[in-house]
Amino acid sequence: MSEYTAKDYKAGQPRWCPGCGDHALLNSLHKAMATLGVPPHEIAVISGIGCSSRLPYYMNTYGMHTIHGRAAAIATGVKVANPNLTVWQISGDGDGLAIGGNHFIHALRRNIDLNMILLNNRIYGLTKGQYSPTSARGFVSKSSPYGTVEDPFRPAELCFGARGRFFARCVAVDLKGSEDVLVKAARHKGASVVEVLQNCVIFNNGTHDSLATAELRSKNAIYLEHGKPMIFGENGELGLVQEGFGLKVVKIGENGITEKDILVHDAHCQDNTLQLKLALMEGPDFPVALGVIRDVDAPTYNDAVYAQVEEVTSKKNYHNFAELLETNETWEIK
Amino acid sequence: MKIEALEDVTVRFSGDSGDGMQLAGNIFSTISATAGNDISTFPDYPADIRAPQGTLTGVSGFQVHIGSDKVLTPGDKCDVLIAMNPAALKTQYKFCSPRSIIIVDTDSFKETDLKKALFTTDNPFEELGIKNDVVEAPISSMCKEALKESGLDNKSILRCKNMFALGLVCWLFNRNLAAAEEMLREKFAKKPEIAAANITVLNAGYDYGHNIHASVSTTYTVDSKSTKEAGKYMDINGNKATSYGFIAAAEKSGLRLYLGSYPITPATDVLHELSKHKSLGVVTVQAEDEIAGCASAVGAAFAGALAVTSTSGPGVCLKSEAMNLAVIAELPLVVLNVQRGGPSTGLPTKSEQTDLLQALYGRNGESPMPVIAAKSPGDCFDSAFMACKMAVEHMTPVVLLTDAFIANGSAAWKLPNLEEYPTITPPYVTADMAGKWTPFMRNEETGARYWALPGTEGFAHRIGGLEKSNETGAISTEPENHNLMTRLRQEKVDRIPVPDVEVEGAEDAELLVVGFGGTYGHLRSAVDTMNKAGEKVALAHFTYINPLPKNTEEVLRKYPKVVVAEQNMGQFAMYLRSKVEGVHLNQFNQVKGQPFVVNELVEAFTNLLKA
Repeated sequence: MSEYTAKDYKAGQPRWCPGCGDHALLNSLHKAMATLGVPPHEIAVISGIGCSSRLPYYMNTYGMHTIHGRAAAIATGVKVANPNLTVWQISGDGDGLAIGGNHFIHALRRNIDLNMILLNNRIYGLTKGQYSPTSARGFVSKSSPYGTVEDPFRPAELCFGARGRFFARCVAVDLKGSEDVLVKAARHKGASVVEVLQNCVIFNNGTHDSLATAELRSKNAIYLEHGKPMIFGENGELGLVQEGFGLKVVKIGENGITEKDILVHDAHCQDNTLQLKLALMEGPDFPVALGVIRDVDAPTYNDAVYAQVEEVTSKKNYHNFAELLETNETWEIK
Repeated sequence: MKIEALEDVTVRFSGDSGDGMQLAGNIFSTISATAGNDISTFPDYPADIRAPQGTLTGVSGFQVHIGSDKVLTPGDKCDVLIAMNPAALKTQYKFCSPRSIIIVDTDSFKETDLKKALFTTDNPFEELGIKNDVVEAPISSMCKEALKESGLDNKSILRCKNMFALGLVCWLFNRNLAAAEEMLREKFAKKPEIAAANITVLNAGYDYGHNIHASVSTTYTVDSKSTKEAGKYMDINGNKATSYGFIAAAEKSGLRLYLGSYPITPATDVLHELSKHKSLGVVTVQAEDEIAGCASAVGAAFAGALAVTSTSGPGVCLKSEAMNLAVIAELPLVVLNVQRGGPSTGLPTKSEQTDLLQALYGRNGESPMPVIAAKSPGDCFDSAFMACKMAVEHMTPVVLLTDAFIANGSAAWKLPNLEEYPTITPPYVTADMAGKWTPFMRNEETGARYWALPGTEGFAHRIGGLEKSNETGAISTEPENHNLMTRLRQEKVDRIPVPDVEVEGAEDAELLVVGFGGTYGHLRSAVDTMNKAGEKVALAHFTYINPLPKNTEEVLRKYPKVVVAEQNMGQFAMYLRSKVEGVHLNQFNQVKGQPFVVNELVEAFTNLLKA
């Protein structure tokens, strides 16, 4: 059991709008940290710029609220310079996927041991309501009065494309579901992405309405758990099966379908094909996948760096500056 | 055969970029240094990696200046030019004086070779109007002859022809081959048959000169006057010296060295060098872009490393936002800018001093940042060391300016003894501060905030790019607090102690030459030359740009005439005028991507004296 409570990780008074999804996620993060039990002074929370990037100010840990889009790059430096720290990186959809898209994919590709939280409200809040790289085609906003003419990123697709080894999704207002995936993300060794579906009450109210309550989620979402069959629905009457190259929603008990026919989730499968299909499901034909969708082990960058330092140190015959000088061709003047 | 003793000599090796001219030049400079000469070298690479063989854009040069006394530049003109093909002759002839001896490989002067170099007649010498002594040696065929029993294939044999040229030069300057042979054995330690072939050809070149007296009437010696301080020396270029300076500072401060970088000419060799030294605990991250190189270094600084990011001008454009984060968060960071020709991609392999104002002012907001400019290859070590000391002790980002010329150029460098270097003491929080400490509590003397490293219990805190209250460390938009913080950040930089600028040359000078950074060798040589001729000139060369030395105003006002000579349109002059009100400064400006030419400086300064 952890010797810490959620209170030990709390600092300051959040200044987000009342009803903003960030409040809920912050609470879940405090609880997740208490569950994990890492001492607050051994945690660094690094964020970029945007509403959600204010989060480090509300954590009683080490933290840095940095510059727009660069959180993943800065967090990389923190983790590589001191791998003993637990590093959380907080970004919104604009910070992480637009201005910071390059750092996002490269942190994943390198597999830096970061817990990357991506708060996705599909809108730019802090600059007062422009469309974001996750806004749907045709989305009307202040900077797209006639609707956008571009397709959005699907964060999971980007994560998988960058060889992401851990991807989970939760809904901010679902405190239990959020805490659960945050804990699992932190326990995963390597870069882990948690996409948090979050409402912006002011500029994009209702964007995740179909998942806003437990009742709605039972119909419109599926909680995936490794080793468990993919069953959902108000009374657990629906399931997922594979059909051809795709997935299909079936009713258990109809057309001779039994629980045995339902796909069993394998988050640890190296091949991400099915995991990607699950991650990309959307309504109204499919439930939105929540929980840990992919969780695969791989060597981390930070471990590899220090393993190399150790290996080279044991092989080379110079270990301080004076010895380094001696490795050069020199001559003497008397 | 006459042997004449010379004070100094400049040799320029040139050929295709695959001809091994850099290696031949390197060996010649090292064996000369070993014999007690002072040395200065400068490689002149083409921008193309492997241009078509024999073409004008593919010519690679390496200039070596050796002297019995102090040598400060790689030399304006060469005394000997080795041109391995017509393209080299055509592009490098401009570095010859009427007295220069030219050595060519006649085997590479066939009709097709001449065509590739765009000659229109079959006599390239006449076509270029060359009246110099030319040593015409069939280098390729002699090389084949010497190695006919080596069992090597034709391609490998021809790779040795640079050693024939080197052997010939060694004969011309009466250099002992033993040291060169030793270097070759070491370089090709894993391929003894290649080492042996190179040594055979080296001797063949030497013997060839000896046997036919290579159609020159005189050979030369450059004796050692041995005015150098006793001790161990090595040949070092600026990028390596800079890397060593960072390593030394990390050791001295007890911090881990972290480099976040992205490859960019001409700074990449710093990334190459530092990434070798994992046995010293150095961590290098080749980031996804310039931004991440700098941003990750800021993160590393927050986590408690000696954080460095290395780049050239275009990279600084991209890094400036993250540099500013280090300004407002008051984190130690060294930003190395190995300057090249600009604007935009500009002249990537050429040298300029055009990023000075960018370093001083190229960021949003009031963003004071110390700036140090190294003056020679060896000085890159001291400057890098001091940049780290400043950054860590004053909790600020520091810009270290070098340039392509000193970064690639090399000189003899006395191995430093770290014990003689100043201590570097990070301003860590102390246990007794727990409970009272806030992130911007400052050391009264320096104005630097105290450094609390993540992992330290009792000091968890949040910093960032938003303005913070000096008292509590919380976000603040209070007008008075912002005014205070702006001034405190400025004052912290202003208070950094730097040594006085030294005035070298004539004591009763009528003209003071002022320079900064990598032009030192040329400016000092010009002033020395003029002093020898009885002209009253002195030099004040600046390494510390921000803050300026305390005696700057006194020095600038002391002399009847002052000229600021720099490789830009007058950035340092403009800066000095802003710091020393009303001072009249003449300007000498060249933006050619090439080092200054000492003779041109002498002429310009002489005219100014007379005016």
